[in-house]
This record gives sequence, C-alpha cells and structure tokens, in this order.
Amino acid sequence: MKKTVFLGALTVAGLAAGASAAATLDDVKARGKLNCGVTTGLVGFAAPDANGVWEGFDVAVCRAVAAAVLSDANAVEFVPTTGKTRFTALASGEIDMLARNTTWTFSRDTDLKFDFVGVNYYDGQGFLVPKSLGVSSAKELDGATVCIQTGTTTELNLADFFRANNISYEPVPIETNAEGQQQYLAGACDTYTTDASGLASTRAAFESPTDHVILPEIISKEPLGPLVRHGDNDWADIVRWTFYALVAAEEMGITSANIGELSAAAGDNPEINRILGTEGDLGAMIGLDNEWAKRAIAASGNYGEIFEKNIGEKTPIGLARGLNAQWTQGGIMYAPPFR
Amino acid sequence: MARDQLAFVRTHMLPEAPPPTAQTGAVKWLRENLFSSPGNALLTLVSAYVVFQIVISTAPWFINGVWESPSLTACREILDGKMGGCFAVLTERWNQLLFGFKYPSELYWRPGLAFVLLFIAAAPVLFGKIFPRKMLIFTGLYPFIAYWLIWGGSVLVPVFALLGVLVGAFTYSRVVTISAGVAVIAAFVAALIFWILSGYVTGPMENVMAIQAVASRDMGGFMINLMLGVVCVSLSLPLGILLALGRQSSMPIIKWICVVFIEFIRGVPLITLLFVANVVLAYFLPPGTNFDLILRVIIMITMFSSAYIAEVIRGGLAALPRGQYEAGDSLGLDYAQSMQLIILPQALKISIPGIVNVAVGLFKDTTLVSVISMFDIVGMIRGPILASSEWNGVYWELFGFACVLFFITCYGISQYSQWLERQLRTDHR
Repeated sequence: MKKTVFLGALTVAGLAAGASAAATLDDVKARGKLNCGVTTGLVGFAAPDANGVWEGFDVAVCRAVAAAVLSDANAVEFVPTTGKTRFTALASGEIDMLARNTTWTFSRDTDLKFDFVGVNYYDGQGFLVPKSLGVSSAKELDGATVCIQTGTTTELNLADFFRANNISYEPVPIETNAEGQQQYLAGACDTYTTDASGLASTRAAFESPTDHVILPEIISKEPLGPLVRHGDNDWADIVRWTFYALVAAEEMGITSANIGELSAAAGDNPEINRILGTEGDLGAMIGLDNEWAKRAIAASGNYGEIFEKNIGEKTPIGLARGLNAQWTQGGIMYAPPFR
Repeated sequence: MARDQLAFVRTHMLPEAPPPTAQTGAVKWLRENLFSSPGNALLTLVSAYVVFQIVISTAPWFINGVWESPSLTACREILDGKMGGCFAVLTERWNQLLFGFKYPSELYWRPGLAFVLLFIAAAPVLFGKIFPRKMLIFTGLYPFIAYWLIWGGSVLVPVFALLGVLVGAFTYSRVVTISAGVAVIAAFVAALIFWILSGYVTGPMENVMAIQAVASRDMGGFMINLMLGVVCVSLSLPLGILLALGRQSSMPIIKWICVVFIEFIRGVPLITLLFVANVVLAYFLPPGTNFDLILRVIIMITMFSSAYIAEVIRGGLAALPRGQYEAGDSLGLDYAQSMQLIILPQALKISIPGIVNVAVGLFKDTTLVSVISMFDIVGMIRGPILASSEWNGVYWELFGFACVLFFITCYGISQYSQWLERQLRTDHR
C-alpha cells in the first residue's frame, strides 16, 4: 500500500516534470546547449579521448542534433549515464535525449513513457569462441561452458536458444564485461556471449584477436536507438528526422566531402535538394531553418561515414555493416522519403 | 685463607667476550623467529619459496614495463610477446586518473595547491602539540579557500559564505547566555538569512575578482575521492558526536529523532542513498533546479558515515565508568561543560580505532559514486579509459595504480591513528 502511494507520488512528480518541460526545443534553444545522455564509456559508441572530447557512434547522433538545432555540433553537454541511471535522467528532464545504445523494447516505449525515434544500430546477441575450439556454428556448442552476464536479457536469450536447439550448456556467471573478458581468456569458459558489437570490441582488445571468431548465429534482436521523452512530439520529430537525414544522406550519396558543393545550388535530384534545403521548406515544418539537415550531415558525415569512422571495418573494432547497411545494399537501414 | 694456598688467582678482569654466534645478530633473530622448531622451519621455507615465486613471476612484468606508447596495440608490439606491463596508459592518462577528463588542464595547479594547503590546514588539528595554535585560523579559512580554488568563480561566494558563518557565530555568542539550544538555532537561522540575502549580491556580481569557474560535472578522478573523503569525514565527526550524545539524551524527542535517524541510515545500503541522491531527488526537485550533484552526494555520504561514527562514539561513552559522569555532576559542571571537559575527551580517546575504521572504510566507499555515473578514479578507469579504442583491455596497470593511491592514503590514516593513540595513552601498561 505504502509502496503504491510512493510510486504514485513519483509518477505524479514525473508527469509534472514532463509536462512543464513540454517544449524541449525552446528549452534547448534558450540554454544554447543540448543535454545528451551517453554511456559512461563504450568502445566505439561513446568515450572521451585523451583531451576529454567525446567521440563515437552514439555521440555523432547527439552532435548532429545539436548542429541541426543550435547550428553548432559542439554545443552539446554530454551527460554520462549508467544502465541504471539512464531512464530516470531522461524522464526527469536532466537530459533532452538519450543516445546510449539502448534496446528498443515494447515496455520501454510504452510503460516507461519514452519514444524511440529510430534505430541507429541493429545489434544482436552472438558467441565468441577461440578458433582452437574448432566450432563453426553455435549449434555445435553442446555441453559448452558459457560466460554470461547475470541479470541481463542475454541470460534469458541464451537459455531460450539452447532449449530451442535441444542442446545443453553450463553457465559461468560473470558481472561485467571486463570480468567476462578475463574469464574467457583464462579459459574458464569455452564461449563468451553478449551483444555482437560488444564481442567485437572485446575481441579487438585481445592480444591476438585473429585466434578468436564470432559465430554467425545471432540469437536475439537488439535494435539500439536514440530516444526522447514521451509527450513532446515536436522534439521527437526533430531528433527522428535529423537521424534519418544522416541515413538518407548516405543513400543519396551526400558525404561530408561533397556537401558544400551539393548545397551551393539546387541540383538535379529533387530529394537531395529538399534535404539540403535548396528546394522546398522542410525545415520550417519542424520549426527549424532550411539548412538544418545540411548542418547535421556536415557535423560528422552521413550515417555510413559515422559507421566507418567509429566502428567500421577499418577501426580496431572492425564491425561489418551487415544488417546496418542501406536497404539498397542488403541491409535494413531505410530512411522514409523526405518530401 | 692464606694466599699461597691458592693455585691461581686472576689479577685482572677478563675482557668482555662477544656472545656466541648462535646467540647474536641475524643468526639469533633467525633462530628465534623463523627456525625455532622443525614445524616453524618448514613453514618458513615454504613461505620463502612462495614469496620467491611471486617475485620471480611478477618482476619481468615491472622490469619489461613499457612507459612510452600511444596505445595498447603499439605497446604489445614493443613488448613483442614478452611479459610486461603497459604502464604507458598511466603516463598518457595520469591527468584523467587524478583530475577527471574535463577539468581544464591549465588549471590543474588549483586542485594541486588546494591539496598541498590541506596538509597545512590539517597539521594543527592533527598534531596539536607540535604546531602553533594560531595556525587554526588558517584551518578555519581553508574550506573557503579550497572551494574557491577547486570550483573557481567569484571570490565573493566563499567570502560571503565565510561571513555567514561569522554572523552565525556572533549570534551564537550573543544568545548563548540565554540557552545553548536556542543559541544554536538562532545562529543557524541568522546564517541562513545572511546566505539567502547574499545570494542577491553575489548573483549580479559573479565576475568580481573571478577566476575561471569549473562546473561540478567537470570534476573527476582521484580528486573526487579525496574531496568526498576529506569533506565527509570532517563533517561526519562532529555530526556523529552530536548524534551519539543525542541518543543518550534524557529528552525523549531528541533521543528518538537521533535513534530513528541512526537506525534508518544504518539499515540502508550506501549505494541506495547514492541512488536517492542522484535519481530520486531529480524527480522531486522542480525542473530546472540545479542542485549540485557533488553536494547531494556529500550530504548522503555524510549522513551515512555520521550514523556509523555516532554508534562508535556511543560505544566509547558506554565504556566510561558511571563515576566519571557523577564526578562531573558533583563538581557542579553543567551538561555542556562536563561533556567537553570530562566525558568526551575520554570517550573519543577510546573511540579512535573505531572512528579511523569508519574513516578508512568511508574513503574507500567513495568509489561507489562511479555507479551513479560520476567519474571518480574507478569510474574513469571503467568508463572513459577502458572504453577508448587505444586502451581497451588494460586492467592490471590501471587498477594497480588505483590500489597504490588508496593504499598510500589509507595506510597514512592508520599510521596517524596509531601515533595518536600512543600520544593520548595515559595508563601505565
């Protein structure tokens, strides 16, 4: 009973906070800075460099939004959040948007009162094994010892996968990725399972990464994307379409190299013209000026450039595009038309 | 007895002979301490072997250590398969480990100076007999100086904060003749009014004699651990004494407030309080209020440790014979006097080991703030440094460095407390 009252009070307070911060765009403009929630550090996705400048795949989304709204890709206050503090930080209005490799799920979208604006990385749970194990498919892992982070959805996915394939395994519970890395290298488990992007960055830190392979099976869906508070649809539109502008830019061939040339005057492709604001007035429809998308793309390049720079195959993390390729390239990155 | 009946008489003293080799120096020490019995000898040999093995296996790690390298991969190339630590991460990121990744590097001298001044400020408190009492004036000023150095901004803020304290002290000295309790409340209210009013002055004048301001969220590294540790221990000690006395009070309301506070805080894990500070307060505060996160954490940790210190001191109070209390009463001392002059000096002396225990534990607990996304030294290691593509995978070197820093601090505290116990020992054991 008391708990209910307490939670009720919390909800009311939360709603009040949400309602009074309805016009997020105005708040951001008045503040002159975008408060963007990121992780406290995840290789390739968000981490400050030696000079304290935030870099990464998620960080680029924040910078693009800041560039679109405030005309300055550096007008971002990065608010580091842990897995435990991220949702309250967003709900309480401490941050304007969260770009923290957060999985889009039903309950987070509805019950927690957030709006996911898109998916910037399609992830999924995979398996990392040493080459010496001689395994080429996760279905051959019968009887294997598996390092698994306790209390996560990965644990449940793992149980489901092995049951569905009627094979057995022995879990080795671990607490953090660092611990998993050590246990796996020490041979405490045959295979280590977590999100495939996490496996790739873990493997990148090994002394001899080529001795280990990530098995082809992906056993869960983990669509990671930026999210905003429920209730301010105008702001959600801005974040959503800024992100899609990056995706569409790749599809249309707008890169940070040729954007100056393309935006100088209206060209032959009407959609490029609409995105870059040389034709039509899409910007006005979301309360911004017509060059918003141009600035967003110029901030750190189009989606493909951001991917290659931070987590692509040329980086130590070395993730292939896979599902995250454009729909024209066999992936499922698909921006709705700009018209 | 006739002299000539004796066959031999020594006419002079023998010179002092050295003791047998088995009874002297290192040999004696070894025989007595390490090889006193066959079982002992066996244990000695086994331990020596284990120590030898540890040294042999870790020495190359230190000797081959790489101190210059831009990234872990480069470091491994330099090592070329040999065993060795990549200490280059420390030489490259030492500033982040100590100050966090956002503190402006040209301002590192400010927290550094505050750290050095801390020793000058603490000296007269810790070593009262050695340093002149006049240095206590500087100790009183230190919190305001340190605040100004670390956070920067207008000098007026710490000055007005100090003036507020002085206003409170003045009020107290005027009202204390009526009643000590009323005086405390009056002093508090006076200081509060002064601070609120001064807010209207410092607000528009924030550029007066200002040095570059640094926001709380830009702080990090070991600096945060030290700040939290020093501030919370020094605040929780007086609070703990008050709580312990309150719990023993004969006035029921005060007694029950203290009991409920202590029992509630002790019954809740520190991490929960930190979550409350970080997360729940954000819901209750009106949106847009910026109640400093470090301040929130300081309040929570201080509450937590003061409850523990209160119980430690209550143990000291309980250990005093009843006669000490009665002696105070029979001398005609009032409550405040008998506490100050008779009870507390003895009770605190008994409580020193317990208080130090809490202080050391509290200092190490400050690393918990990494869970609420503050970048203290552990947060820096686990977050930004291990998440950089250059240094992903360096564990031993970084956590070893953190261990060394914490060990130095905690060992220092413990050595001081042992010295203090020897100084205060009045019994003849």
